[in-house]
Amino acid sequence: MKNLVSSLFLAAALILGGAAAQAEDGGVIKLGAAVSLTGKYSSNGAFTRKGYDLAVKRINEEGGVTVGGKRYTLEIIYYDDESTPARGAQLVERLIQQDGVKFLLGPYSSGLTEAIAPVTEKYGIPMVEANGAAISLFQKGYRYLFAVLSTTDEYLRPAVDLAAALNEDPSKLRVAMAFENDPFSQDVRAGVMADMERHGMKVVVDDKLPPELNDMSATLTKVKALRPDLLLISGHDKGASLAIRQLADQRVNVPMLAITHCDSARVAENFGPAAEYTLCAAQWASTLKYADPLFGSAADYAALYEKTYGEVAPYQAAESSAAVQVFADAFERAGSLDPEAVREALTQTDMKTFYGPVKFDETGKNIEKPMVLFQVQDGNYVVVYPQAFAEGEIRWPTPPWSERR
Amino acid sequence: MFDNLQLLIEFPAVTLDVVLNGLLIGAIFALAAYGMALVWGVLNIVNVVQGELVVLGGYITFVAVQWGLPPLLGLPLSAVVMYGVGWLIYRGVIFRVVDRDIFISILATFGLSILIQQLANLVFGAEVRSVDAGFGSLHFLDGMVSLAAVKIAAFVLALGAGAALWFFLRKARLGQAIRATAQNPRAARILGIDTDRVFAATYGLNAALCGAAGSLAVMAWTIQPYMGLPYTIRSFMVVVVAGVGNVGGVVAAALGLGALENVAGFVLGVEFQIAFVFALMVLILVWRNIRAARQRSYLE
Repeated sequence: MKNLVSSLFLAAALILGGAAAQAEDGGVIKLGAAVSLTGKYSSNGAFTRKGYDLAVKRINEEGGVTVGGKRYTLEIIYYDDESTPARGAQLVERLIQQDGVKFLLGPYSSGLTEAIAPVTEKYGIPMVEANGAAISLFQKGYRYLFAVLSTTDEYLRPAVDLAAALNEDPSKLRVAMAFENDPFSQDVRAGVMADMERHGMKVVVDDKLPPELNDMSATLTKVKALRPDLLLISGHDKGASLAIRQLADQRVNVPMLAITHCDSARVAENFGPAAEYTLCAAQWASTLKYADPLFGSAADYAALYEKTYGEVAPYQAAESSAAVQVFADAFERAGSLDPEAVREALTQTDMKTFYGPVKFDETGKNIEKPMVLFQVQDGNYVVVYPQAFAEGEIRWPTPPWSERR
Repeated sequence: MFDNLQLLIEFPAVTLDVVLNGLLIGAIFALAAYGMALVWGVLNIVNVVQGELVVLGGYITFVAVQWGLPPLLGLPLSAVVMYGVGWLIYRGVIFRVVDRDIFISILATFGLSILIQQLANLVFGAEVRSVDAGFGSLHFLDGMVSLAAVKIAAFVLALGAGAALWFFLRKARLGQAIRATAQNPRAARILGIDTDRVFAATYGLNAALCGAAGSLAVMAWTIQPYMGLPYTIRSFMVVVVAGVGNVGGVVAAALGLGALENVAGFVLGVEFQIAFVFALMVLILVWRNIRAARQRSYLE
């Protein structure tokens, strides 16, 4: 019996392998991407590129993609958009017009995605992006835009839900908010406002931090005087670093603090004990229990990334890799390299990746993957929410500074 | 807004915290503003690259701490290294634009600021950096008022540097040469002052002051290659309000603006904090203009 099973497997493997070997070599599918390799997004732009490259390498190693019986390898044509939207749009025009690219991978940041989307719409070129989270991107009726990541309005929702779940009467909760005055952070704010209203929470501080601001003490003094139960802060890497630094310096006591960007700002590494108890919203973590046939589990991906690039895998790279996987999957299902057919296949995407499940709604955003909340515990980022992925219990409430070491 | 005002009135400790923190914010800007006043007064250049010099100073302290030096040593190190950087910038670019139209010098320093931003991005990366000085903070009134020790150090240093600068400009040979050159470069040259050397020293001194400010900024706040602009704008504003060649005025204006903007940020909401400062600057300029016009008509 055992022999029979194994010989059946062997036969199947031979047939499949033979079929793959028989598939005609179709050549190369060119994907285009304008990412920020210089300018203010250069570090995250580099992560984006590394994520794309790693996925292309893995897919090509595994024999490429089979489209309509022909085997293709993937290749990406890159340009540096210098972190400026106008340049990004120009380069995408060039990718489509001069380089003949029919499929586009997204740039880094919502701003650049916003600049590029009208161009790809104009030419009917499908774009799968992994680093533009602004909800506004999906309210404009774009047909060729698909995003694998959770949108901005989702970022701090888990924190509000968690606060509601931990407290007996959520309607008694008082919330302080400090969000940078830019589209991203204001989207995050709009997302949590709806949830807080639903729970009946009261907003006691609602500050909009100007992007040029380099000191938060006016806001934090207010927080200190009003003693809210939950403090929400979002202001990119700068806001995250500044908040952690000044909350400790001013000894502001809040039972629960949730911020965005603390992984990219490396708050646990940079601020040590000052960052303890902080809740951080994140798109992805290498400890999540997601897996796919190409990369294996999330942890396998992180290990491969670290082996390849000698640094810890940031979520910006993970989601970028997932974008390439989504394209490969759509090519195979479309059975053709016609942009319209691939777009059609993209709308039907329903796949599990190491980055999380991917399924697009009619606006092109991924509705299957939830955001996760880390908490900084003893210098480590521990997933505490949602329950299904939690690695540890949340430490709550945060003790006052006088009792912290 | 009225809730916030009420909060200030009901809890004097809160008011004290807001005002003191504002004064300390102003102190760091005062350092950068001294430099801008010097360069403006002596070289007649509006130094748009000011903020980038501050950020560079911050990076020097950051790198020094990475190498294991104590953060406090980063401060003099930043100042000394930045003196050299300032001297090089003068020899490379600034001396070519010294007696040109002010528009050309603004363009040149603006170009320099872009260049330094991009270089800093290439060398140090775009990440936000901060250094933990490990001084902690001081607390008064039941913890309602807390001041970061780094900021208090910045305050003391800003006052000390102001006093030192005042004495230097009055008593030291180079200081007197700087003042003479500021008053009339041609006459100074005739009297045997090497004005080129004075210009170089002034620019170097400016960069050193910015370096010290940057070193304090990286310990009190955070730095990033593109974070220079707020420092340029604040120092510009302080100098516009105080006038060039007025060390005492620069301290007063910087501290006053710091305190006022923090109170405004508290009462109106931080989104109006910077708008408030600009509105204030416009008012001060208008008032000065009216006063000057009145003086002119009186003289006529």
